[in-house]
Amino acid sequence: MLSPGRILLTISNRLYNLLLMSATLNLDAAFSALADPTRRAILARLAKGETTVMELAEPFEITQPAISQHLKVLEDAGLVARRVDGTKRPRRLAEAGIEAMDQWLAMLRKALEKNYDRLDEVLAGTEQPKIKRGEKR
Amino acid sequence: MSKLTLKTEGNTHLVVTRRFAAPPEAVYRAHTDPKLIQKWLLGPEGWTMPVCINDARPGGKFRYEWANGKGHGFHVTGEYLELEPYNRIVHVERMHLPDPTPDNHVETRFDADGAGTLMTVRMTLPDAQTRATMLATGMERGMEASYVRLEGMI
Repeated sequence: MLSPGRILLTISNRLYNLLLMSATLNLDAAFSALADPTRRAILARLAKGETTVMELAEPFEITQPAISQHLKVLEDAGLVARRVDGTKRPRRLAEAGIEAMDQWLAMLRKALEKNYDRLDEVLAGTEQPKIKRGEKR
Repeated sequence: MSKLTLKTEGNTHLVVTRRFAAPPEAVYRAHTDPKLIQKWLLGPEGWTMPVCINDARPGGKFRYEWANGKGHGFHVTGEYLELEPYNRIVHVERMHLPDPTPDNHVETRFDADGAGTLMTVRMTLPDAQTRATMLATGMERGMEASYVRLEGMI
């Protein structure tokens, strides 16, 4: 089974290598939750503000139970939170989940930089024939 | 100081640039000599590359295997398409998880930059749709922030 960040797998294998290696955050659920257009649309809607399930279902050509199922996936992934307001259960984006993905992206970049920092060291230790030293090319 | 940039280009590309103090010859060699590759293409701390087979010539194959010493590992295989010594490498690669991912097409350029090198890695995604999905175009605010960060990672 593919684990973390299936979506990001499509970035490039090389970056994905780094993802696999740095999968210390449990982001499997978050990224697989995002691998669905309806769920991404739900998140886009929630990005505008807190919304009830009924309002969420409106723009979609799918049933409210189907929306609720998507919401459950998003909630389990830590991307969506709910609160109790009388009989309503309005949903909103869960900051912590979004933040975790942000951190993950930062980590990916850090891992890529780490490779090249190491390459700097390798290069510094490599014997270089100093031909054309100081000459601008 | 950050020397790395990572950005999108067109609909299907991702471009990484990085400057090195060493000249193109050296940076190129570090990308083609397996003994050197094993020293740096390792990702985060804790990972090693116990197997590095690299036949750097057009049509030549490579195989990199990583391990973290805790029983986890995976590998990448690929083929070289074009090599212009010290200047340009074109290859395809795929990961095995263990099922292979779609081929990733990578062009790496090494351009002289003063006494050093400007390296440009241009990766081509399978198609525009996957990148669009990836970047979740149309997402707004909250989510967008994550992707914008990726898009403009500098």
